[in-house]
Amino acid sequence: MNGADHLLSGLVLPVVGAAGVAVCRYLPNLREGVSLLSAGALFFCVASLVPSVLDGARPGLELLEVMPGLQIAFRVEPLGMLFALVASGLWIVSSLYSIGYMRANGEAHQTRFYVCFALALAATIGIAFSANAFTLFIFYEALTLVTYPLVTHHGTDGARNGGRIYLAVLIGTSVVFLLPALVFTWHTTGTTDFRAGGILAGKLDPVPMAALLALYMFGIGKAALMPFHRWLPAAMVAPAPVSALLHAVAVVKAGVFSVVKVVVYLFGTEALGNGVPTDWLIAISGFTILAASVVALNADNLKRRLAYSTISQLSYVVLAVAVLAPLSMIGAVLHIAAHALGKITLFFAAGAIYTASHKTEVSELDGIGRRMPWTMGAFAIGALSLIGIPPAAGFFSKWYMVQGAAASESWVALAVLATSTLLNAAYFLPVIYSAFFRAERVAPRHDHGEAPAASVAALVITAAATLALPFAGGIPLELARAVWGGS
Amino acid sequence: MSVALHMPVLQVVVPLLSAPLAILARRGSLPFMFATAAAWCAFAMSIALWLEVQHGAVLSYFIGSWPAPWGIEYRVDRLSAFFLLLVSGMAAVVLPYSRRSIEAEIPREQHYLFYALFSLCLAGLLGITVTADAFNIFVFLEIASLATYVLIALGRDRRALVASYQYLVMGTIGATFFVIGVGLLYLMTGTLNLPDMAERLAAERHTRPVLAALAFITVGLSLKLALFPLHQWLPNAYTYAPSAVTAFLAGTATKVSLYVLVRFYYSVFGESLVFRYLPFPEILLLLSLAAMFVASGIAIFQRDFKKLLAWSSIGQIGYITLGLSFDTITGLTASLVHLFNHAVTKCGLFLLLGGAVIVAGGSTLERLAGLGRTMPLTSFGIVVGGLGLIGVPGTAGFISKWYLVLAALERGEWWLVFAVLLSSLLAVAYVWRFVEMAYFRAPPPGTPLRREAPAALLIPAWLMIAASVYLGLDTSITVGSASGAAEMLIGVKK
Repeated sequence: MNGADHLLSGLVLPVVGAAGVAVCRYLPNLREGVSLLSAGALFFCVASLVPSVLDGARPGLELLEVMPGLQIAFRVEPLGMLFALVASGLWIVSSLYSIGYMRANGEAHQTRFYVCFALALAATIGIAFSANAFTLFIFYEALTLVTYPLVTHHGTDGARNGGRIYLAVLIGTSVVFLLPALVFTWHTTGTTDFRAGGILAGKLDPVPMAALLALYMFGIGKAALMPFHRWLPAAMVAPAPVSALLHAVAVVKAGVFSVVKVVVYLFGTEALGNGVPTDWLIAISGFTILAASVVALNADNLKRRLAYSTISQLSYVVLAVAVLAPLSMIGAVLHIAAHALGKITLFFAAGAIYTASHKTEVSELDGIGRRMPWTMGAFAIGALSLIGIPPAAGFFSKWYMVQGAAASESWVALAVLATSTLLNAAYFLPVIYSAFFRAERVAPRHDHGEAPAASVAALVITAAATLALPFAGGIPLELARAVWGGS
Repeated sequence: MSVALHMPVLQVVVPLLSAPLAILARRGSLPFMFATAAAWCAFAMSIALWLEVQHGAVLSYFIGSWPAPWGIEYRVDRLSAFFLLLVSGMAAVVLPYSRRSIEAEIPREQHYLFYALFSLCLAGLLGITVTADAFNIFVFLEIASLATYVLIALGRDRRALVASYQYLVMGTIGATFFVIGVGLLYLMTGTLNLPDMAERLAAERHTRPVLAALAFITVGLSLKLALFPLHQWLPNAYTYAPSAVTAFLAGTATKVSLYVLVRFYYSVFGESLVFRYLPFPEILLLLSLAAMFVASGIAIFQRDFKKLLAWSSIGQIGYITLGLSFDTITGLTASLVHLFNHAVTKCGLFLLLGGAVIVAGGSTLERLAGLGRTMPLTSFGIVVGGLGLIGVPGTAGFISKWYLVLAALERGEWWLVFAVLLSSLLAVAYVWRFVEMAYFRAPPPGTPLRREAPAALLIPAWLMIAASVYLGLDTSITVGSASGAAEMLIGVKK
């Protein structure tokens, strides 16, 4: 098989997996087996592309021409490689986790759940490998739609209302801002291809360029830039595995991934550096980082706190991109991977706590570390990574961001990074402290220990990966560097 | 002479003949077979004609071999072939569907009437599209309209009679206005043949009778195509007509009226008169915007899903006329593409809803509660069609939206871009009313667990929905024909 075959099978495998899940709907064990198997196969398929991509190969594939000059086409480049690697790798772990979670909580409609989950992964891989903004847009919208049944999985009024906000914000921003930006790009340049150095360079004056950038940045609602962030907390009505894989990894990372992709391959960092006003983006992402952190600080609901923490962490990537320095770009790319591992661990932990004890509020968690040492240990590792404490993965991405900000003398960005680190510590450390060092205050309804083994195994794996990522043969770093090495 | 040469006229004659045959046969399934065979024949011929004119050829057919200005000429070019394909394709899918559908909706002894009228309506619509004679257009317009009034009145609900009457009054006014316009043009030019008329008009384009003719024809046709605010007849007609009739009308009747309008604007009056001498672009633009926002807004608050879709149609017609108002190649392409795409999508939706109405016993949203559980295939199809109305990428609606936005951008009118896109969010709101009703509400108590619509209804309906997705991925048919037609009408400007 050559690269294009691997690419195609990467796109098809999750869809086949979804079909397999639907076929095996009456045999739960087999059904979950199919889920795990397709996740494993996808990861293998994606990982097998890594060596050639690092060697400079860019396997591509043109599927069909939708309108004259507008193709659905795919091309693997380092940034998409990294994103696909993270998403598919974590799909395995979260499938494992889901088995424990969905069964222990007696969730209904599990087949629909696994089918949509697999389809969401297919859309994510489509986003990661898209060769032009047109293809990216198609899969971006598809991802919104297939995750809607997952967000509203419980079918309650709360789920319905959460789903409304989810759709309204995501569809609203993409239709009203992203689509015209895309059509305008096509109208101006006659292409939507992602090319090294950008396609818009020299085609627009600085001010229209900045306006177009704004359309893209707000149009990519999945990056949760304020004021279009409300969908993320609303999506927390979903079961924990959805919040973990989709709303800490696949969906939100699709957002920031698209941001990086648009800035690097449509605008080109050099073109943006040439007098295009981008300070506003630093200001807005900086504001989002700080404001979301403050909200997280005051949130008592654990998942809500994590959701606002995600909003703030996503804006790190946008901020790093807005700084436009090479080092901060590497930081941005690394942060996509680092935050994914850290945040999925935290959501896994939140779900495990809910499964074992039915606790959802931070204030109820005193002393829970003694009942669930593995879970809370993993939680601590994930939290430390997000604060940016070495040797966890989050430290390294932040390190590059700080260096980049310093190199380009963007003092506002530096100040934001410093302040937000303190805020991160302020909303995570008390949770860890009270879990391990305080006596239990709220007695659980029943005596409990850890969550089901499958779930605990999953979160231990991701916590270990958070620690191991910086030493994983440097693949993420190499890929991140390759983004700037020209493709 | 081979049959192929006579295709332009056979296109009309075959369905026209199947109508009396259906009446003569009367009992059994013969009427159904005549009508269906005629529709399929027409469809096959329209495909052949469409292929023939793809490279710019224009087929002229002289009835009785009388040459053009004196005899009646049938004329197939890229624009008319595009509409022939649409109309006969709709009929070819809706007729097989109608057999099972009218069993539940129309008394058995009236079935042969249904097929006869359906064939007449089809013959009329095809005739309008294919003829190049102004008075002939009026004749076919009346054939199609009269058949339609009766078809609507066949609806099971007694309110169908009022709806039909309403449409009869409005439709007759529209047809009368149209024929007054044609009369004025005849007065000025002494000819009824459209190309000939266009030639003779060149000298007296700005005279008062010609302007009056333009006004009469525009208003008359706007009534028939339900351009806001001349749309009052549409919601009730669509709601209370039998499902198969609604599906067919939604895909063809208003669309063919738009064809005539486009034909008269570009091929008879000429764009310089309509779009530059007179403030038609502004008027059309304003009315289109009103349709997009007001009608879509009204759709959100409907309690009856069939009526909701009808109001959505009025809103969607707004996009079609908006593209027309731009008077650019991209704009006209967008308009024609959307017309085709919306026809296919809306027809599929009405067909699916028809199945749901038979099983659930009504089309109010309350009755459709829990449809996702009880009729999963129907319900999912409606969702896919609904996504097409919104214009989600991967559906036909997206292609229309893309071209409309592109056309607005070409003119540098950003506010229009945002107006188009904001109004498409209204579609999310009304489609989601169904989604939430079907998937978040329990079915009404006492309904059986699974009760999917019969395959005879599901297959044609899903065929349409599948076509609407296909047209979102492969646009060589729609965009290819539409841009070809637009270039032919406007002429490539550089």
